Amino acid sequence: MNFDFSDDQKMLKEQVNKFLTDKCGMDVARRILDGDEPYAKEVWQGLVDMGLMGIAIPEEFGGLGLGALELCVVAEELGRVAAPVPFSTSVYIATEAMKLAGTDEQKKTWLPKLAAGEVIGTLAMSEGPQAAGPRSVEVSFSGGKLNGTKIPVPDGSAADFAIVLANTGGKGDKALSFVLVDLTAKGVTREDVKTIDPTRPHATISFDNVDAELMGEEGNGWAYTQEVFDAAAVWMAFEQIGGTEASMWMARDYALERYAFGRLIGSYQAIKHKIADMYVKLELARSNAYFGAMMLNDKGAELPQAAAAARISATEAYRYAAQENVQVHGGIGYTWEADTQFFYRRSKLLALALGSSIEWKDKLVARLEARNAA
Amino acid sequence: MDFNDTPSEAAYRAKARAWLDANAERKTAKKDSLPALSLTEALERARTWQRTKAEGGFACITWPKEYGGQGGSSLDNVVYSQEESNYLVPGGFYAIGLGMCLPTVLAWGTDAHKERYVAPAVRGDEIWCQLFSEPAGGSDVAGLRTRAEKDGDEWVINGQKVWTSGAHYCDYGIVVVRTDPNVPKHKGLTMFIIDMKAPGVEVRPIKQMSGESEFNEVFFTDVRIPDSDRLGEPGQGWKVALTTLMNERLAVGGGGGADWEELLGLAQEAEMEQTLATANSAVRERIADWYVQTQGLKYTRFRTLTALSKGQTPGPESSISKIVSATKMQELGSFAMDLQGQHGIVRDREISPNAAVFQNQWMGGAGYRIAGGTDEILRNIVAERVLGMPQDIRVDKDKPFSEMPAGK
Ligand SMILES: Cc1cc2nc3c(=O)[nH]c(=O)nc-3n(C[C@H](O)[C@H](O)[C@H](O)COP(=O)(O)OP(=O)(O)OC[C@H]3O[C@@H](n4cnc5c(N)ncnc54)[C@H](O)[C@@H]3O)c2cc1C
Repeated sequence: MNFDFSDDQKMLKEQVNKFLTDKCGMDVARRILDGDEPYAKEVWQGLVDMGLMGIAIPEEFGGLGLGALELCVVAEELGRVAAPVPFSTSVYIATEAMKLAGTDEQKKTWLPKLAAGEVIGTLAMSEGPQAAGPRSVEVSFSGGKLNGTKIPVPDGSAADFAIVLANTGGKGDKALSFVLVDLTAKGVTREDVKTIDPTRPHATISFDNVDAELMGEEGNGWAYTQEVFDAAAVWMAFEQIGGTEASMWMARDYALERYAFGRLIGSYQAIKHKIADMYVKLELARSNAYFGAMMLNDKGAELPQAAAAARISATEAYRYAAQENVQVHGGIGYTWEADTQFFYRRSKLLALALGSSIEWKDKLVARLEARNAA
Repeated sequence: MDFNDTPSEAAYRAKARAWLDANAERKTAKKDSLPALSLTEALERARTWQRTKAEGGFACITWPKEYGGQGGSSLDNVVYSQEESNYLVPGGFYAIGLGMCLPTVLAWGTDAHKERYVAPAVRGDEIWCQLFSEPAGGSDVAGLRTRAEKDGDEWVINGQKVWTSGAHYCDYGIVVVRTDPNVPKHKGLTMFIIDMKAPGVEVRPIKQMSGESEFNEVFFTDVRIPDSDRLGEPGQGWKVALTTLMNERLAVGGGGGADWEELLGLAQEAEMEQTLATANSAVRERIADWYVQTQGLKYTRFRTLTALSKGQTPGPESSISKIVSATKMQELGSFAMDLQGQHGIVRDREISPNAAVFQNQWMGGAGYRIAGGTDEILRNIVAERVLGMPQDIRVDKDKPFSEMPAGK
């Protein structure tokens, strides 16, 4: 058995870690939080220079043609610094969707630019305060025209194109299709929305009779979404693990500096056990994510369950670590000045980015039933 | 056992309701909160309401009449609060002063203090804040370092407080300071009334994680306080502070925000991927859990009130209210955001369900679990003071304060 990343993959991890530690400290997240840049362009450029956007894009489309594992180690490092860049949206989601459902023509147009980090793609699903899906999506595509409003669209202001989950009139799950739209097209309007995490801006995007094209098979949009999300769930789990670990060490370090009642707060069991629980959740999440990564990389039959387990586990670990990191810090942890907030915000943002845990738990059990029936 | 009003409670309730009908607007399903205003406007709205209440005979119901109260019973007070909760009235600004600071003045102040300070506070003319926590300690308030030195019949204060809610608009505060560093820490403290506009008091707002600035740092540079504004004896400050903290446990109940009812309302409208949210058993389970907690707290309060009406004083067991409600505030907000799917991250009064109350309480709950006694400290209080378990090993009880280790 060798249930670990390779030396090359570990080297890549170190290289990304070094770059981000240098160039993407918490001051960068803070600059994006307080200012109005959509993302940290110089960090994005640095990631481009390392070729990271093209890791999982085949060489024929300008990528490095590596497997899923290299992206996992990158994701973990991005999560560790709560990097304010549209990487997850563009790379784990839009790029995967393009690889999965794009026509040759569409792939030729967009994948090389995605690989070079010249364009940013996004997936537009949500339309209101409920789960996006066949029961709720109303944005429509017919006769080559897209109509309706998506909110919130991740990195919607920064993105160059969107893959829109649109209603094409079919029945049940077949109601939805992937529709590709250039966001600079006529009839597109975008406006930033106020969210809990301004370091990863979201937008409202309205489509008024916008020229767009089908991506993949009509009526297959929901099935594509599931497949893209299974892959994205694994990568995002690594990003969540990075944030979990950062929160845990931040809490641990503070517990070793702060005195109350003449003793280090880290000497109180209430605090020690809290941080030990962070560690337990982190390690379970990491192991689940490793298995997810292996299944994703090997296109293993267990991927549906593995991805869901990775997602649920990492979401819970990050929720707990980010939230209790604030608690361990006491009053200072609840201020704008403290860095605790970046992880608190990001933990919830990532928890909702691919559908909530309630949905994933439901999905996991359904998948287990399906497997056991087979 | 029943919840029926006694004849006198019923009469008081009718009187309160009639007065509220004449002076305030009843809440409706459509309109259950007042519009958001700027700080100045909100302050004015709260001030006007406090004055109206004082004139109508419903402010500080249990306080002595001679100081502007109504000399009423604690049950009168409860009956009124129950009725008032059905109306759109401003709250917030007076909670700390009237809930914690002035009860301390009433318990420890001289007649002159009570005459000078209580009535204007009841009328809403003067607002108070609580200056206890310092950078060196919030849980361990008694580890505070702000010093006061006696100079004739004045005290000269130097140092810093932090997390002082409302200091930026308050007129007075109660401040606990160290007057003797050479005795064990609880023995060297003294409590004063401080004029927040006095020379040498500087208030700097602190921005919270939520984006608002409701609390402050307060710096003291050679601030002079007349000895006549001392509450209790020199060295008795910790005992005085405990009066405030006991009142804090009573004053802070629910942290506000939405409860199971709003969550149920949301679930009845929100589609999930496969069903309507109310058809999902995990959703139903959480709603049930929070309903049970809310009811449990409500009836615990009724038991406390019954004890109160029989003349008993509520003890440290009232800590459980905050232990339950602070976590509930945070988790219920978080779960409601889950039900909103990706849109759950949107935090905008105009477009988020229930004017973004769920997003706001997910944020605010993180602070509420810390404010006024952290989750961990409240559990220590229950374990040690209710259940009689031993304290953690204390290294700070007998040594002089000046010899204590300190970190960040
Ligand atoms: C929104 C808000 C409003 C506030 N308003 C006011 C105000 O108006 N006036 C005022 O005086 N203060 C106010 N405070 C301060 C508040 O009372 C303190 O923040 C709180 O008591 C915690 O103190 P601290 O911040 O110093 O954290 P610390 O005491 O340093 O605590 C850090 C961590 O250590 C834990 N800990 C400490 N001691 C122990 C122990 N013995 N066992 C186990 N765990 C322990 C704590 O639970 C916490 O998790 C406010 C705070 C907030 C967040």
